Parts: sequence; C-alpha cells; structure tokens
Amino acid sequence: MSDLRNDPLIGISGYGVYMPVYRIKIEDIAKAWGDDPDTIKNGLLVYEITVKGRDEDQITVAVEAARNALKRAPEVDPKGIGAVYIGSESKPYAVKPSSTVVAAALGLELGVRGADYEFACKGGSEGIISIIAQVKAGMIKYGLAIGADCSQSWPGDVLEYTASSGGAAFIIGVKNNDSVAYFEGTYSVMSDTADFWRRDGVEFPRHTGRFTGKPAYFDHIIKAAEGLMNELNLKPSDFNYIVPHQPNGKFPIRVAKMLGFKIEQVEPGLVTPWTGNFYSGSALTGLCKALDNAEPGERILVVTFGSGAGADAFSIVVQDAIKRKRDLAPKVEDLINKRKVYVDYGVYARLWNKIKV
Amino acid sequence: MSSPRSPRIWQLKDIRYRLLGVECNKCNKRFLGKRLVCPSCGSRDLKIVELSRTGKIYSYTVVHTPPRGRENYGPYIIAIIELDDGARATGEVVDVDPSEVEIGMKVEMVFRRIGEEDRAGIIYYGYKFRPIL
Ligand SMILES: [Zn+2]
Repeated sequence: MSDLRNDPLIGISGYGVYMPVYRIKIEDIAKAWGDDPDTIKNGLLVYEITVKGRDEDQITVAVEAARNALKRAPEVDPKGIGAVYIGSESKPYAVKPSSTVVAAALGLELGVRGADYEFACKGGSEGIISIIAQVKAGMIKYGLAIGADCSQSWPGDVLEYTASSGGAAFIIGVKNNDSVAYFEGTYSVMSDTADFWRRDGVEFPRHTGRFTGKPAYFDHIIKAAEGLMNELNLKPSDFNYIVPHQPNGKFPIRVAKMLGFKIEQVEPGLVTPWTGNFYSGSALTGLCKALDNAEPGERILVVTFGSGAGADAFSIVVQDAIKRKRDLAPKVEDLINKRKVYVDYGVYARLWNKIKV
Repeated sequence: MSSPRSPRIWQLKDIRYRLLGVECNKCNKRFLGKRLVCPSCGSRDLKIVELSRTGKIYSYTVVHTPPRGRENYGPYIIAIIELDDGARATGEVVDVDPSEVEIGMKVEMVFRRIGEEDRAGIIYYGYKFRPIL
C-alpha cells in the first residue's frame, strides 16, 4: 500500500492510446472454427477485436501511444523524461529491450533509464508505479510508462476471440496546473497462481480455461480494490468510475458488481467489447477512455490484473487541465470508430503468420 | 552467424525514427536526412531539425509486383509526401486501400516495421505514412 496524498503529489501530464485500424468480427472467427457466433458474443461480451497490421508489433504500438501521450503534454520537454518503462507480454525480441527503441523513436537517449516490465497483463501498471516512486523521490522530473501488447493465441483457442493489439501511455510528473489527474494511492497484491503461461521457446500461451476466472482474476482484483479503498477510507460510491482489467467484456462488469459498484460506474471505461483485450494495455486504455469523458474532481478506480498472478489498484482524481488537453490527441472512441478496416479470418490468420504460406 | 548490419542502421536511425533533416539558414528550405550542402542554394550553413510529421501526398504509385519477402501481402503504396514544413519524404502509405489513395490526401507519419534482416535478425523500424484520423 502506498498512500500518495502527501507532498509532492504525483500527476498525469499526458495520456495517449494507439490501436491498429484492422478489425475482425467475432462472427468471422466463430465461422472459421464452427462455433456459434451468438454464444461466443454473449458469453464473452466481445463483438470485434483489433488486428495488427503486417508491419506492426508491440514496439510500434508503444511508440504511437507514447506520441499521443506527448501530444497531450505540450508543456513537457521530452528531454525532461528520465525513465521509459514498457509493460508487455508480446515483445518482438526475446532478448533485447523494446524500451530502447521507443526511447530512440522519441529522441530520448542521454540521461534516460528504461526497462521492459513483464507480468502478463500487469507490466504496464508496474511501470506506472516505478515512475510514481522515482518522481516522488525527486530522481526524475518526468517518466513515461506504457502498457502495449500484440497478443498471441493458438489458432482455434478461445483466446483467439479476445487477444488483440493496442496500448496506452502516460507521462507522469509532479502534479501541477497542467496535470490532467493525480494519484491518491496504490495497492498491490500477488500470489503464485498458474492460470496463464507461455514456456520459453513456445510460440503461444497456455491457460487453465475457467480457472483463470475465480481464484485468479476475481480474487486478485477484489483484494487489490478493497485493500486500496480500506487504506484510503473510500467506498464504491466515492468513485465515479471503476476500470478493471478487461480480458473480455463480461469479467469487468461482474467484478465491479461483486465490489459493490453500479453498471454506470464501469461502462464508461469499457473498451474490450469493441477492441478485444490489449493485455498490458487493457485497463490502461480503459482509464484513457474514462479520462476522455471525465469531469474535473471526479475519481477513478483503476485495477490492473496480471496472470500468474497479481493486481495493482490506483485511485486517481481528475483535474481541470483535462478539459483543455483531452482534444490534443485522438480519443479512445475515435480510435475505435473513426477508421477501421475489416479483415476476414483468412487475412487475419495470414497477418499473424498463423498459417504458413 | 551472418554479420549484423546494425551499425549502418544506427546511423540512419534518427532519420528513419524521427524524420530528422536539415534546415538551410540561408534559404530556410528543409530537407530530409543528414546533409552538408543545401540542395537548393548550395549553402553549407545548415542546422539539424525534426521535420513535420504531417503532410500531404504529392505523388504515389501502387506496387503490384512486390519484392521477395512480401509476395503474400498484395499491392502496396509508395508515395512522395510533401510535409507541412515543405520538406519531402518518400515512404510507404499504410492503413488504406490503394483505391482510396489520392494526390493531396492528408497523411501523418507513423512508426512501423520497415523490414528485417531475416527471421532471427535485427528488425528495422522507421517512418511510414497513413491518412490522418
Ligand atoms: Zn539553402
């Protein structure tokens, strides 16, 4: 538990999201495998998912999300960014950091540290926590934290209906008049729970199916959220929004209800039904969608989850600067709706090299 | 083990990653890439700048017979982009069907994979362009 309500307060200077333009409809994946589309759509509450272009990967997604975050932080001189952390579980290199490429693409090289965080879907929020701590300690002026993934699944695996590509990035520094929001506190839990894994050298991950729900996703998110609310002496009605990790559309709604939140509090931050699961970028993209529409003074509870397993909860309060900054870069709903190109299963499989041609 | 080509890429990196170019202090024109002499007025008084990341399509061609390694991907678009600061860059235009591309279309720089050494080699990244959202 970290109570962050003491000086210096830590704020978000800019946030940004990126997702590829390609989409595949759940119907088309279901048809390819002989599944009933309505059963899948209603069961997972997912309608379509993003598909990376043939020239995209976790690094390119991270760079674009970071550029959008920088657009919303025009007052930040990129040279003041002292740390770059990327959370991901789909790095293009098994050995070689992605953060170096992202930093170079942004023109950051001297006086910058960086690393790739890996904790299934929770690597991005680990980066946020690390940057909060370094800013608070005065070690860096600003830091860049990114959660980005181009997620993989076995052809025909149920994960194929949700695993998608996208990510979110945050410029974090000491709270000032240019901060769109600030952190009130964070609370983390973790346990050795093998619900989802990929062995070294194996192309696609394996999971325990239904097991991923109860002892993993729900237990960890509930413990992290309740731990944070206890420590900050807050209750569900003190929050305008709850944004849990979104492996599908159903789980975040169910976990919010279990915690005592209303559907109106979870809907504004839902993205997975129209994008699929961005893994490390999932809850963080949901946070950006909530920020796109939030009013100053509103409070957001974000809870990331990583299989294996652990969860990070954050309480975030929106500030006045959101009003003048939200239009400086594409909003999540614009990225979802404005330009999309549908592909059929054959093209989808080829884009992912699932079928070797 | 093949000898890595990464040292050469390192030198091109600033141009490919960030659209780095030069601005002539005499005639104020901008050009992509590292140069010693202004191609327009011949001045050697140049400064390094990051070029505009938005612009419009000046001319383009659809490549129907792709080179080796991308035979399966169908036609793609190569265009000369006139950037908002007047510099020109040649690159691929992505995320759009060739039938929708037209001269004057507004585009923005996007960071993408531009190739790879081989399956086990270095991945090359750099600028491409796509229609502005
Ligand atoms: Zn000149």
